[in-house]
Amino acid sequence: MRPETEADLAQIIREARAPLSITGGATRRWPGEGAAAPLDTRGLTGITLYEPEALTLTVRAGTPLAVVEDTLRAEGQMLGFEPAGAPGSTIGGVAATNAAGPRRLQLGAARDALLGIRMIDGEGNIIRNGGRVMKNVTGYDLVKLMAGSRGRLGVLTELTFRTAPIPPARVTLSLPDLDAAAAIPALTLALGGAWDVSGAAWLPGRGALLRLEGLAGSVAERAASLSARLAALGRVEQAEDDPWPLLHAVGRDPALETWRILCRPSQAPAILANLPQPLSLDWGGALIHVALPAGSAPDLPPFDGHARRVTGAAPGLIPATDPVTRRLNTELRARFDPRGIFEGCD
Amino acid sequence: MIQLPQPDPGVLSRRAAIVAALNDALPGAVIDDPAETRAYECDALTAYRCPPLAVVLPRSTEEVSRLMRLCHDLRVPVVPRGAGTSLAGGSMPTEDAVVIGLSRMTEVLEIAPEDRMIRVQAGRTNLAVSGAVDHLGFFYAPDPSSQLACAIGGNIAMNSGGAHCLKYGVTTNNLLGVTLVLMDGSVVELGGPMGEAPGLDLLGVVCGSEGQLGIVTEASLRILPRPAGARPVLVAFDATETAGACVAAIIRAGVLPVAIEFMDRPCILATEAHCGAGYPDCEALLIVEVEGTPTEIDEQLALIRDIALRFDPIEFRESRSDDEARRIWLGRKSAFGAMGSLGDYICLDGTIPVNALPQVLAGITDLSRRYGLAVSNVFHAGDGNMHPLIIFDANKPGDLDRAEALGADILRLCVEMGGCLTGEHGVGIEKRDLMHVQFAAPDLEAQMRVKDAFDPHWLLNAAKVFPLDASAPRRERRLNRPADAA
Ligand SMILES: Cc1cc2nc3c(=O)[nH]c(=O)nc-3n(C[C@H](O)[C@H](O)[C@H](O)COP(=O)(O)OP(=O)(O)OC[C@H]3O[C@@H](n4cnc5c(N)ncnc54)[C@H](O)[C@@H]3O)c2cc1C
Repeated sequence: MRPETEADLAQIIREARAPLSITGGATRRWPGEGAAAPLDTRGLTGITLYEPEALTLTVRAGTPLAVVEDTLRAEGQMLGFEPAGAPGSTIGGVAATNAAGPRRLQLGAARDALLGIRMIDGEGNIIRNGGRVMKNVTGYDLVKLMAGSRGRLGVLTELTFRTAPIPPARVTLSLPDLDAAAAIPALTLALGGAWDVSGAAWLPGRGALLRLEGLAGSVAERAASLSARLAALGRVEQAEDDPWPLLHAVGRDPALETWRILCRPSQAPAILANLPQPLSLDWGGALIHVALPAGSAPDLPPFDGHARRVTGAAPGLIPATDPVTRRLNTELRARFDPRGIFEGCD
Repeated sequence: MIQLPQPDPGVLSRRAAIVAALNDALPGAVIDDPAETRAYECDALTAYRCPPLAVVLPRSTEEVSRLMRLCHDLRVPVVPRGAGTSLAGGSMPTEDAVVIGLSRMTEVLEIAPEDRMIRVQAGRTNLAVSGAVDHLGFFYAPDPSSQLACAIGGNIAMNSGGAHCLKYGVTTNNLLGVTLVLMDGSVVELGGPMGEAPGLDLLGVVCGSEGQLGIVTEASLRILPRPAGARPVLVAFDATETAGACVAAIIRAGVLPVAIEFMDRPCILATEAHCGAGYPDCEALLIVEVEGTPTEIDEQLALIRDIALRFDPIEFRESRSDDEARRIWLGRKSAFGAMGSLGDYICLDGTIPVNALPQVLAGITDLSRRYGLAVSNVFHAGDGNMHPLIIFDANKPGDLDRAEALGADILRLCVEMGGCLTGEHGVGIEKRDLMHVQFAAPDLEAQMRVKDAFDPHWLLNAAKVFPLDASAPRRERRLNRPADAA
């Protein structure tokens, strides 16, 4: 089913008798998702409003991410949260999974840039929330609730984002000799000072990576001062290429499953101690991606945060969700989708 | 006049028993003497007052949980309270409600500079959060003008903003986690590293829910390294519309200052009389502040200067010393105090798309003339969050009603132009009945379902946010099913 209008989509939901799996480009699925009959959003396309001078863009959910990015680039703007994309990714999928790239440190995730939504709940009601202004506390923030809801409460049909100017200059510093655990103190040092770091990551073979963006003179000045401070931790180089897209391209070995671990950076070294070399670190060490043999689970010390299996056959989440959080999730789903039309997992 | 719902007679008739039960649960923490509960009868929306049934001041999450379970079991409404600085009537009690105040919960629980995080009890003031990390070179970014008084719990409930949120975002963008006590007394941790937890973003919907989903007792907040420096410039114009157009041009150029503040002539005159900051004689002025190292500041200000000069300003005033910088901010920082000396005022909080500023300012001037009431504008222009101040005389019969009607028309204009009713102060009781202007019935229904999930009996701050007619069926269900029958 591939409706072309919001009204048709609402009709399909009202008439549905069996579970549906809301599907954009299917490029961000987790294990266990996508089992029900697909409800394809890719017929709902088009940018309905773009006001560069107000930093806002409104777009229908099935629009390819690439189209959005090209449109913004032509005006010197971007999605500040830097979502990863694979061919076919839709902007609806970006919002529904709360996608975020390295710049989350500075500008937040999709949830933070999302200003307004239109959606359809499990009974076919069309619901609006938020708007197209940067500051809005009028009523509950269902925009946040829907960002990252992965199709469990309803179908997002239209999204309004705050856009960001593309910084005119950029420098990436790397400390190529640091392994993942040794990179943490370097990333922490950089994020603890006034260098306005817009990316703090680690990649195998590349070492610790730190990105500085802004006006040219200021970037050069910050790069020099940060390099000097980092020198005590290892050799510092300025990257010739742009390594940041490599962070998206991890975990492609089909024999292995990727786990996504979210933790406090100060706890990352203890977590890394029990793991094989990770695929990547991002967000100053708060995000660890690691590939493990199929069916296994990471051996984790007690920590604040969680680990999730994001590729492979079976869902995996450590630790299990506490009973009160589970109850609130269940209650919300029961109210937005009383007939259980939308597929979902924890 | 704002309507208030009738108190629950069943609760009022059990008053003595309820106070006794509260005293048993938390000896020494209960206030029920009418002379003392008076201090809690209103917030900063002082035109509306109502003493509560009782006030309780717990010291820990466990005590809040005990109180909530008790009130839940007795089916007594609860109004959470931080510092009582809400401008929307958010913490105003009802006669049948127990106020749970967090003024005794002010501890710092953990400071983790390596995780760029601080954890505090929710009664701690906003400024005291930054104060606790200042010696480490960090600060907490959201900075409401009320930051000396307002509590973090209130900031979270209102999703408060401040002058610097153009760059750093508002409360929700700086909140990593909370401990939340639900109405039935259960305690839950929301959020996590980067503010993220598995499942639905419950933290995201709790922030800004105006104390209707639970009581926040502890909060983990993102702290940031203090920038190397900051410097403001002042740009004066001979027309408000030109100042508005200049704001849009700065944003369009891709410079993101930390703050762009706007003041119009009535406000400038009032602040000059109040504190003599030495502002130029003009129709409108902008204060633009940028941050960073000296090089970075010079680079950004050069760009802003180029843009501003295209609009032919009366004056472009730079600050060459800390003292000059302070003088540029002086008038803006004392604006609310200065307006207070002009008479009574209502402070609106509508937000509009930045490129609609010139049109909306012209529209407000028209409305102000039509109602015969002065309106002065001082606001965060960079993000379109307007604060029109309507000046009236509370002692003149009918003036408050007229001022409220003018305010409603201005907010309707904001919504018409693609904006919203409130950018940072919240809905409370003040804008509750205007929610129909911005939302259709299904939009409100979806929001109320969230409250159903967290607080099925609608005991928590229930007479706020939603238009009374929209929430009536849910609120009245409770009255028809008192505790002993449930
Ligand atoms: C002079 C002045 C200037 C102001 N400037 C700004 C500004 O620049 N930006 C801005 O955004 N606001 C501003 N405000 C408004 C106000 O300060 C904010 O809304 C503030 O966040 C309220 O905090 P509080 O602790 O006083 O909350 P209260 O007034 O006590 O309560 C506000 C709401 O939060 C709920 N609540 C309080 N604590 C909790 C808790 N622990 N758990 C759950 N719910 C809770 C209450 O029930 C109520 O609904 C200003 C107010 C004044 C008087």
